[in-house]
Amino acid sequence: MRYMMLMYSRETPEGPSPEEVEHLIRTHGAIMSDAQKKGVLLAVEGLKPTKTATTVRRLEDGVPVLLDGPFAETREQLAGFYILECRDLDEAIEWAKQIPTSCKGQSGCIEIRPVADLPNPPTLV
Amino acid sequence: MSQDPSAAAIEGLIPGETTRIIAALIRIAGSFDLAEDALQEAVTAAVAHWPCSGVPKNPAAWLTAVAQRKLIDYGRRAQTHRNHVDELSRQISQGHGSHEDPTDSPETWYPDDRLRLIFTCCHPALNVEARIALTLRTVGRLTTPEIARAFLIPESTLAQRIVRAKNKILEARIPYEVPSRDRLPERLDGVLAVIYLIFNEGYAATTGEQLVRTDLATDAIRLARMTAELLPDEPEVRGLLALMLLHDARRAARISARGELVPLEEQDRTAWDRAQIRDGLEHLGTAMKKRRPGQYQVQAAIAALHAQAGTSADTNWDEIAALYGELVRLTPTPVVALNHAVAIAMARGADEGLARIDRLHRFRPLATYALYHAARADLLRRLGRRAEAREAYKEALSLTSNRVEQAYIRRRLAAFG
Repeated sequence: MRYMMLMYSRETPEGPSPEEVEHLIRTHGAIMSDAQKKGVLLAVEGLKPTKTATTVRRLEDGVPVLLDGPFAETREQLAGFYILECRDLDEAIEWAKQIPTSCKGQSGCIEIRPVADLPNPPTLV
Repeated sequence: MSQDPSAAAIEGLIPGETTRIIAALIRIAGSFDLAEDALQEAVTAAVAHWPCSGVPKNPAAWLTAVAQRKLIDYGRRAQTHRNHVDELSRQISQGHGSHEDPTDSPETWYPDDRLRLIFTCCHPALNVEARIALTLRTVGRLTTPEIARAFLIPESTLAQRIVRAKNKILEARIPYEVPSRDRLPERLDGVLAVIYLIFNEGYAATTGEQLVRTDLATDAIRLARMTAELLPDEPEVRGLLALMLLHDARRAARISARGELVPLEEQDRTAWDRAQIRDGLEHLGTAMKKRRPGQYQVQAAIAALHAQAGTSADTNWDEIAALYGELVRLTPTPVVALNHAVAIAMARGADEGLARIDRLHRFRPLATYALYHAARADLLRRLGRRAEAREAYKEALSLTSNRVEQAYIRRRLAAFG
């Protein structure tokens, strides 16, 4: 089953320090190469900070409205994701435990979501 | 354990076996719901056939075989599960399943199916209410109305909880497995916590008229007994079983004829269940031989010292205080620290105990814990500090919604005149 690991971290205005960036690159690098070697890495991306985000929200009248930034003020923001092929939730949890979340020692978390299989995947032409 | 009448009749024939059967069926079906439906149909068939044909030599194997055939029928009806049906038929023809006259086939189940079931129901990815509900329903074989009544919650709420848990197991693919060796201790802690929560809910309900909800305590003991049989090398399982047996042995003495809480030192010790105490002591002894102490064994050892004291005055408080010291080291929670302080008061005098209790006040959870103030009040009373004792009892009274506890505190207050 495919599991998406959503990484939530606390953003700081100044961003991570060079040592933290170094640490993140090293840790994520190790996980990615391990996952790749095992043939379970389906996707992985890191996101730019939420100040670069644009939200499209469709209001009740159906007209899309653009908002500058993330849709809600929360302490932790979506910072990136992995999609991994895992045998079951226990295996996914083991991966999630390795993924770093903290920036500047602040809290963060990984949300594990099973990817839904579409009953009839649309065929791409 | 009561269920619907036909299931209860079956349970009467083969006590404890329905858990074994459902555990095997869930493994085969890969679904809690299909397994329950199949078992239900098998029970219905048994109720129809056994009165005429006689009870088969191995009723459990008979039920399992019939239920497995039902599972194949379900699979055939749902064409999308073609491959699964083939796999099922293969498994069954290879002897994991039934034959026409399944009189003696212990191989029908894998030995650890019930363990798989327990660990799955207590999986840490399920919230704790869901774990409790699912464990009682599926492992304990209680009905949804029974569980709802025991927890004083609406049946629909409880039913939703169970449905949600089963869906998550299926959708997020929580494995139907016994955890690997390296993860077993951590996961076992979770299982024992669920069983102990069930026991405590039964033993001392936090709300309501009735202090002891008999059935849940008995169910928890049954679950622990089964887990101890399945994991004989894990001393903490037996430690928990011993702890619950020893506590529960005092049940009859714990509530007076008027429904009032009777504190340990005032209990009629002749009303304690001696056979159950012996059973508890035996399990504790077996556990301690493994020389791997843990919080449940230590708590059981404390309960054992109480159970063995002929009178309250004969209690070995020095030993109990030392064990609580060990327990504080293993599980440093405010409530354990409170019990340690009370034990020290009994062993070395109310003065020293009160000094310790007063130091604990900085733990916020204790400041709103009724029994903290009740314990403090008891010590103040023993020291003759009546006005302060009265204030502390009043504080305790304002913090509990349990009517039996309230009645006990009121009685203490009344003693001041």
